[in-house]
Amino acid sequence: MSPSSSSIAAEPGAVPAPGEHHEHHPSYLVDGTTVKSWLLTLDHKRIGVMYLIWVLLFFLVGGIYALVVRFELLTPGPTIVDAMTYNRAFTMHGVVMIFLFMIPAIPGAFGNFMLPLMLGAKDVAFPRLNLLSLYLLLGGAAIAIWGMLNGGMDTGWTFYTPYSTHTTTTVAPILFGAFIIGFSSIATGLNFIVTTHTMRAPGITWFRMPLFVWAMYATACIQVLATPVLGLVLLLVVGEQLFQFGIFDPARGGDPVLFQHLFWFYSHPAVYIMVLPSFGVMSEIVATFSRKNIFGYRAVAFSSLGIAFVGFFAWGHHMFVSGQSTFNAGVFAVLTMLVGVFTAIKVFNWVGTVYKGAVDFKTPFAYFCGFLYFTVFGGMTGVAFATASLDVPWHDTYFVVAHFHFIMVGATIMAFMAALHYWFPKMFGKTYHEGWGLVSAALIILGFNATFIPQFLLGNAGMPRRYYEYPERFQTLNVASTMGATLLAMGFLITAIYLTYSLVYGEKSSANPWNSRGYEWLTESPPPTHNFVGPQPVYKDEPHFYVDPEKAEVPDAV
Amino acid sequence: MQSSSAAPAHHAPGVPPVPTVAAHFASLDVQQHAARLGMWLFLATEILLFAGLFVCYANYRFMFPDGFAAASRHLDLTLGTINTLVLITSSFTAAMAVHYAKEAKNRQVVVMFILTILMALGFLVIKYFEYSHKIHVGQLPGPYFTDPEPSLQVAGVPMYFTIYFLSTGLHGFHVIIGMIVLAWVGFKANRNEFSARNYTAVELGSMYWHLVDLVWIFLFPMLYLI
Ligand code: HEM
Ligand SMILES: [Cu+2]
Repeated sequence: MSPSSSSIAAEPGAVPAPGEHHEHHPSYLVDGTTVKSWLLTLDHKRIGVMYLIWVLLFFLVGGIYALVVRFELLTPGPTIVDAMTYNRAFTMHGVVMIFLFMIPAIPGAFGNFMLPLMLGAKDVAFPRLNLLSLYLLLGGAAIAIWGMLNGGMDTGWTFYTPYSTHTTTTVAPILFGAFIIGFSSIATGLNFIVTTHTMRAPGITWFRMPLFVWAMYATACIQVLATPVLGLVLLLVVGEQLFQFGIFDPARGGDPVLFQHLFWFYSHPAVYIMVLPSFGVMSEIVATFSRKNIFGYRAVAFSSLGIAFVGFFAWGHHMFVSGQSTFNAGVFAVLTMLVGVFTAIKVFNWVGTVYKGAVDFKTPFAYFCGFLYFTVFGGMTGVAFATASLDVPWHDTYFVVAHFHFIMVGATIMAFMAALHYWFPKMFGKTYHEGWGLVSAALIILGFNATFIPQFLLGNAGMPRRYYEYPERFQTLNVASTMGATLLAMGFLITAIYLTYSLVYGEKSSANPWNSRGYEWLTESPPPTHNFVGPQPVYKDEPHFYVDPEKAEVPDAV
Repeated sequence: MQSSSAAPAHHAPGVPPVPTVAAHFASLDVQQHAARLGMWLFLATEILLFAGLFVCYANYRFMFPDGFAAASRHLDLTLGTINTLVLITSSFTAAMAVHYAKEAKNRQVVVMFILTILMALGFLVIKYFEYSHKIHVGQLPGPYFTDPEPSLQVAGVPMYFTIYFLSTGLHGFHVIIGMIVLAWVGFKANRNEFSARNYTAVELGSMYWHLVDLVWIFLFPMLYLI
């Protein structure tokens, strides 16, 4: 902040801009209603809403591919599609879900909307770059989708060479699309880092930042530091596809393991690009719905940075079976397990927060419970995987698929749904039906378990991933998994219906319906265009400052 | 506090207007701090982009030490050295532009940027001669390598030229982007847009140019010297 703004009182020389004293401040939703006022907006809130719409759409596309895959595996032989279509379907499922949903979803939609509000700022540092990053995402998506309609790709989302440079499917446009999406991710990350450094309102010190902001900050650091390497490796693969340079092709003296190093140097940290934001969301929600100050604020904040840091040194655990030396395997195993330590710090602090809290069991809290379970279960299977000797039989089986869906998809989806419900009143000024919220949360959590627990068992029994046909004896579990996926889809469908309904017919929400102490609730719901009306809120408490219910009586009695 | 504008009501005629602060920034200082921080982060991502190529180089140099040594002896050290000097000098003129901008000497800023761009052009011309020689004798990437020269019939030589063309090509692309950026900032300087208080664009433009220089300072020894 500038030196003059260190005090909380209004800056003496600040002249109110013309028009600042009108009584009526329209919310950002209605301040300008033309299509252009949305498409070219520089308002972080509108950009966040547009992100939300698009990532939901991408989620739908990815989900349809998932159902194709799942229904194909209903019987041991061919079921609904041919083998090549199946390969394209699981590839596009992975590409769409990872690059177009999981990575941009929480930072793009909720990060954009909430970060400036939580920092008491009027906007992100670079509003134009913010809009650009949305359009880069859409541009990249358009190119990738064009590629996928004109041939598709059958390499799996990991694009392993030399297969990806030899397949006859259209790899180049899809990789190029992913390359552009990478720029979008870098732009968002860069913007958030600068915003956090420069836009904090007076009174918001580093240790008074909401934990969601800490999580977004740590995520942004990974986005900025890891994505360029992915960009380069995608370019090299595109070049190699078009010109057969042979950089990664063993037939021409190239080294496919180098591809794996470069790819996982991004993609392992990328899993934290996906889950760190969910950790942030959950820290907010657990405090709000336990009505307690977050236990171990600093530990939770620093563990995000810790995860971001050690996440850069763990990539080798994807290559335990690529011929790396036993020594390397050992080093990567230990470094990988360190990630588990930092995650455990968070888990213990969340549990400590709930302990003896006055829990308000609303929909977001239901998702928090699911989240805790998926994180612990999925994380434990990760630690098991990090044990190199266990990885060898499990590698590239359904056990891997189940592991990363539990932790990455499970945790992220729980957080995304929790955030959607928690911030729905803030973003749209409407409330939704609590009963339907709880029903669909139960359905989704149940569906998730029913989908992926059978996959753990399948993997353990030796069913490889990415196979079109399988022996008879795996069928029962596959049927169970497909039924789970159907349940899951129903849960999302119900949510889509009642949230859309609430958007139109929902009751008007108060400014702070959850009685939260989060900074984003200090303004109206939905917020006005410049976020705050009148004098800026005063920040003199910690962001999650709830009175401990046990001690609440004491000050009252005095 | 977030005030919306810092423009005073009066300023002497002829003196460039004091810059306005975008509505969402608390003050000009904060705005400039943000711009600089953003640029540093962006430059970090650029370095990381090239870092991937450096890793490729290191890996293959390790795999084919003889091929890489043989091939690097076939680069034109004289032209490479001249180009290094040209770029270092251009980095100096870019720095001078910032120096003049701080003193609100817009005219000199324009001159310095023109000099910088001319040297960038010189760099590209020299690069053009280097490339056309390589193409002529067939020292080309991977499967296109056709040079019959006996000392180049070593495993790894085509890979060396793959990396050579990829990294100098990517660098050359950055040179062109840099020229465009400097031309645009120079154009603004020509319109007297900068003052002693607000010269962020000049600073950021020349920071970008230093990056282009810096990357070359790594590429030159990597490709030509060792
Ligand atoms: C925190 C969130 C995490 C996410 C989002 C995540 C995600 C993933 C993904 C996507 C894969 C599969 C990649 C592929 O081959 O397609 C994977 C594999 C793996 N994960 Fe995780 N993971 C997480 C946490 C952990 C933790 C905490 C550990 C260990 C302590 C771990 C250890 C492993 C190992 C060893 C593999 C390789 C399995 C194999 O390919 O054989 N993961 N993870
Ligand atoms: Cu990993």
